[in-house]
Parts: sequence; structure tokens; C-alpha cells
Amino acid sequence: MTLFLEQLLNGVQFGVMLFLMAAGLTLIFGIMGVINLAHGSIYMIGAYAGTFVATQTGSFWLGIPAALAAAALAGVAIEFLVVRRLYGRDHLDQVLATFGLILIFNQAVTMLFGRQPLFVQMPSVLDGSVELLPGLSYPIYRLAIIVVGLLVAFGLYLLINRTRIGMLVRAGSTNREMVRALGVDVRLLYTLVFGLGALLAGLAGFMAGPILAVQIGMGEQILITTFVVVVIGGVGSIRGAFFASLILGIVDTGLRAYLPGLLRQVMVGPEADALGAGISSMGIYLLMAIVLLIRPKGLFIRNS
Amino acid sequence: MPMRKTLLAASALLATTFTALAEDPVKIGMITTLSGPAGYLGQDVRDGFKLAMEDNKLGGVPVELLVEDDGLKPGQGKQIAERFLSESGVKLFTGIVFSNVAGATVPDIVDNEAFYISPNAGPSNLAGKECSENYFVVSWQNDSLHESAGQLATNLGYKKAFILAPNYQAGKDALAGFKRFFKGEIAGEVYTRLDQTDFAAELAQIRAAKPDVVFQFHPGGLGITFLRQYEQAGLGKEIPMVLAEPSMDGVTLAAVGEAAVGVNVSAHWNTDFDNPANKRFMEAWNKAYNRPATYYSSQGYDTGQLIASALKASGGKLDDSFRDALRKADFQSVRGKFAFGPNQHPIQNWYALKVEKGADGKPVIKTVGEVFKDHGDAYSADCKM
Repeated sequence: MTLFLEQLLNGVQFGVMLFLMAAGLTLIFGIMGVINLAHGSIYMIGAYAGTFVATQTGSFWLGIPAALAAAALAGVAIEFLVVRRLYGRDHLDQVLATFGLILIFNQAVTMLFGRQPLFVQMPSVLDGSVELLPGLSYPIYRLAIIVVGLLVAFGLYLLINRTRIGMLVRAGSTNREMVRALGVDVRLLYTLVFGLGALLAGLAGFMAGPILAVQIGMGEQILITTFVVVVIGGVGSIRGAFFASLILGIVDTGLRAYLPGLLRQVMVGPEADALGAGISSMGIYLLMAIVLLIRPKGLFIRNS
Repeated sequence: MPMRKTLLAASALLATTFTALAEDPVKIGMITTLSGPAGYLGQDVRDGFKLAMEDNKLGGVPVELLVEDDGLKPGQGKQIAERFLSESGVKLFTGIVFSNVAGATVPDIVDNEAFYISPNAGPSNLAGKECSENYFVVSWQNDSLHESAGQLATNLGYKKAFILAPNYQAGKDALAGFKRFFKGEIAGEVYTRLDQTDFAAELAQIRAAKPDVVFQFHPGGLGITFLRQYEQAGLGKEIPMVLAEPSMDGVTLAAVGEAAVGVNVSAHWNTDFDNPANKRFMEAWNKAYNRPATYYSSQGYDTGQLIASALKASGGKLDDSFRDALRKADFQSVRGKFAFGPNQHPIQNWYALKVEKGADGKPVIKTVGEVFKDHGDAYSADCKM
């Protein structure tokens, strides 16, 4: 039972990280109609900038504003210099251009920081584990990620549903042309949305630093799963991204943790392990395929 | 007049070809992994190899080193080899780090009567049935890495092991190699994904299984992440770990830091080996490069030394006399005793290392004992030359 709860927490923690990435991606895709592969690079930039400042100053906390600022700046710069020219273009052009950005950013970071991964020490307050229930101790840092993720989700909920900008964002994701026809400065809105998405990606990248390795190509690893989240949750829906992230996080962790064990009941050990590992790495894509079959627009988009 | 001109031109041309013949350096094609997260492995092989060269000479014979990046892609490695063979006329190759690249590239090279001297990868198929008289491995046969770790865990008296590796060929070989020499019980066997970055689910399983030792094989960045998360989860103090050397080299140690203290490692070389060749190597390395020496760099250096000894014996010719000289392995290896077995893979000692706190507080890898004496590999019986 404690093992199950621990795995559930692991799933939620993974889901929350996915949400921080997916929130920006789904807005950019939904409102501007741009497929932004470079979103993973912004995650990497946030991680590198934050980690660099944290190790130089010796303070983990100073890394947070550095990561956020670097990511938001990079996001706005990408929007202004490259993506702005792609709004009217075909999706294939967008994929090509933003894929080019991935290569450029990866090479630039290699030249600046070298190929060896960077690491940041976590602050002593967050180091160690806390006993949640008798027999269930869980790393404080991972709990902190869950809390931050949920807070961000709540903040986004307020922003989208209670403010004027949020209203424009909602309107933009439902009918872009109409918003433009009503005289709203969509260019500014686009830059704002892009910057916000980049900010969240940078936050995710920096928070991942102490757990994962800060290395070249770290963004691409999480980007593919993030796209799956966007597809399952429905393009343009923050609410969809939130629930889809949590579902994917829990499903992925659950499959990895329990599938080999279940298969071992009916098969020989090594074969069960290999098959279980194979199926669990396919699991989220199978889930996506099923969702696409049943609700092609995503789980959380009302069919119009 | 035109006649004289032609003659002059012809003699000038002849003169250049003659001088070219006399001083033409032996071309060495180095195909290795220089980009991506695993790029430092190839970088170390290359830089170690360069330390064995003096004024662009190996064993007194002028050589020309051509280096290309395979990007950890088997297809790319194969293409480079073909280009080197047909366009540059290269007859001597080395450099490949990863077994999947070697598997695609080496057969092509040896089928074209060229030599391949491996500074790292030693896949099982090339050690057994598909062995070749032009194929030499200076490093080890892959399985030995994990066999020695299994033996080390047995020697340390552990009875119940939890073992993990990524779900690909080398990962499966690693677990099979470990089990071949581990006498205890296997409490759990888990295959992770090769692109996995978060091991929280696996760590929870380890905690629940309560083994008395963990063996995991996660090369490069994967291993660094695994060790850090292992420590963060508080498992570092509870369950000791035995590793094979790919999971704990100088770079991993620098990145993991304190979290690695207490980890047991099996290896065929370590920076603190007390022999003249190793001292020369370490001194040269520290002088030339501002980064920790890894076993990849030591293998690059040994490969350079082996080629030097054979070129010296054959007078720079890449013929049967070169092959005979290679087989003798007449060089001072940085790991001490070294000989080739019947399948031209090493027969060497394996050692027990332990990560301890050094004098300045930084963790260091210390050699503490011996695991195997004159250990060969399980595949040489299948090799018919």
C-alpha cells in the first residue's frame, strides 16, 4: 500500500513537470497555430541559465529568477525573430524552422558549457526525505515540485478565467480570426503568450536540474511526451493539459512499476521484464491512439 | 622545345612521387563518437591516443591521424569507413566507442583486408564466431566488465541482489554477465528505458524488495542521474552498490560527488595504478588536458602504444609482419600485465575499486584488491582463425 502511494506520488510529480511544459505548448499551438519544437530548447535554456547562476553564486534561490528571465527572454526573442514570420505558413515550414532552432541552441550550449552535464546542489531545506505516513518517506524536493506545479496550475486558472488577458487568450484559442477582426492587438497577445509559455518551460527546466542531469538534448526527451499530453488534453486547453499531464504521469509510472510484475505471474522472469519494459514505454502512445480514436479533438475539448 | 618541357615536367613529377613514397605517412582512420551526451568518451579515446604519438610518429614511423565523428550512429560509422577505405586508402582503423557502431563498421573494414584495433567496444559476436585475424581488441570483451562486477559482489559476501540495466543489447548482456559470476539470489531484475531520466518508480521498487546490494549498468549521463536520485531517495545509506567501470568513471565521479562515496567498482584500470607506464601516462595527461583521465583515455593511449610497437617491428608496413607484431603485444600497458588470447582479445587482471573520501575531502576512486587474475572471455572457444 505504501509502495502504491509512493508510486502515485511519483506519477503526480512527473505529471506536474509535464504540465508546466504542456501549458505553454498547448497555448502556442492553440492560439497561434504554431508547432513549436523549440519549446524543449527553452526548457534547456532555463535549466542551464538557472544552474549556472546557482553554482556561480552558491545560492539555489538566485537560480530561479535567472532561469525564468533567461527562458522568457529566449522565448520572446524566438517569437520576435523567427516564429512571427511563420504564422501564415504551413505546419511543415514551422516544424523545419523550429527544428533548426533546436540544432542551433544545442550547438550554442555545447560551445558555451561543453558536453559534460551540469549539476546543481539542492538547497539544504529541500534536501532529504519526509515521512508522510508510517513507512512512507518521500523526498522533500519532489514534494516541492508537486506543490509548485499545483500552485502554477491554480495561478493559470485564475489568469485564464478571471482576467482580461485570459479572456483574450480563451477567445483566441476558440476563434483566432474573430479576435483579430474585433481589433485586438494580436501581435502583442502572441508575444505575451509565447513569453508566458517560455517562462513556465524555464521553470520546469530549472526544477528538473537537481533531479535530472542538465545536459544537451534534455528538452527533446521531455518534448515528445509533452506533445502527447497536448494531443490527449486537446489543443489549446489548459484544463485539458492539466488533467492529461496527471493521467499520463500516473499511467507511465504505474506501467513501469507494475506491468513487469503482473506479466511475471504468467511468464518466465526475464521475458516478462523485457516485454513489460517494452509495453510500458509504448503505454502513453497507446493511450494517445485510443483517445484519438474515441475523441479525435482530445479529452477536454467540447465537440462543436 | 615542347619535348624538353614535357621531359622536365615528367621528371619533376617522378621526383615528387619518389619523395612521396619515401615519406608517405601511415594513415590511421579514427572513427569515434564526439558529439552528443556521450561525446566525451570519444574525445578521451582520441586525446589518449594522441599522447602515445610523438611528433606525428608512432614507433618512429610517421603517421597521419584522420579523425571523424560517428555521432553514435551505426550507419554514419559505416559510411565514414567506406570513404576512408576507398578515397583515402586507409588500411588501419581504430576509435569506435559503442558496440552498435562497431557491429556495423568493423566487418566492412576487415573484409577489405584493413586492420581494426578496438580501443573500447568488444561485442560478443565479434569475439566468437565472427572473429577475424585483422581484428584486435585492446580494451576488453564487453561481458568481462559485468562478470567482474558479479564476482566482486560475490567476494564482498552479498546474498541478494537487485539488478537494473537499460532495455537494449548491451544492457541485457550486462545483466547476463553479472549473473554468470554472482552466486547469490536475484531479488529483482528491471529493464529501464535508454532515454529515461527519472528513476523514481524503479527506486521505489528497490526499496520494497529490500536487497542487500544493487547492481546497475547505466552508461554516461544516465548513470549520473541514477546515482544522484539513488542518494536523494535516501537509499545510498541503506543499500550498497556494486558497479562495473562504465557506470563510474572520473567524469561520473566529478558530477556525482559525495553521493558516490562507498560505491564498489570493478575495473581493469585505475588512475592510481603503480607502474611506470601508468605514471608516464597520468603525468602526460594531467600536463596536456585540464580534465580527469578516464579509462577511455587510458585505452586510447594503450591502443596508440600497441600500434607503435607493431609499426616499429614491421618498419611501417601493414602486412603479415605487422599482424604478428600486434599479436605479441610488445608494449608497456598502463594496466600492467597484458596479453592477447587466441581470439585477439585481452587476457588481463580485474580489480576491486572503492570510492572513498580523498585527502582534500573530494571523493577519489581507490584500488583496494583483485577480482580476477588473467581473465579471458567466454567466446574465444568459438573463434576459428
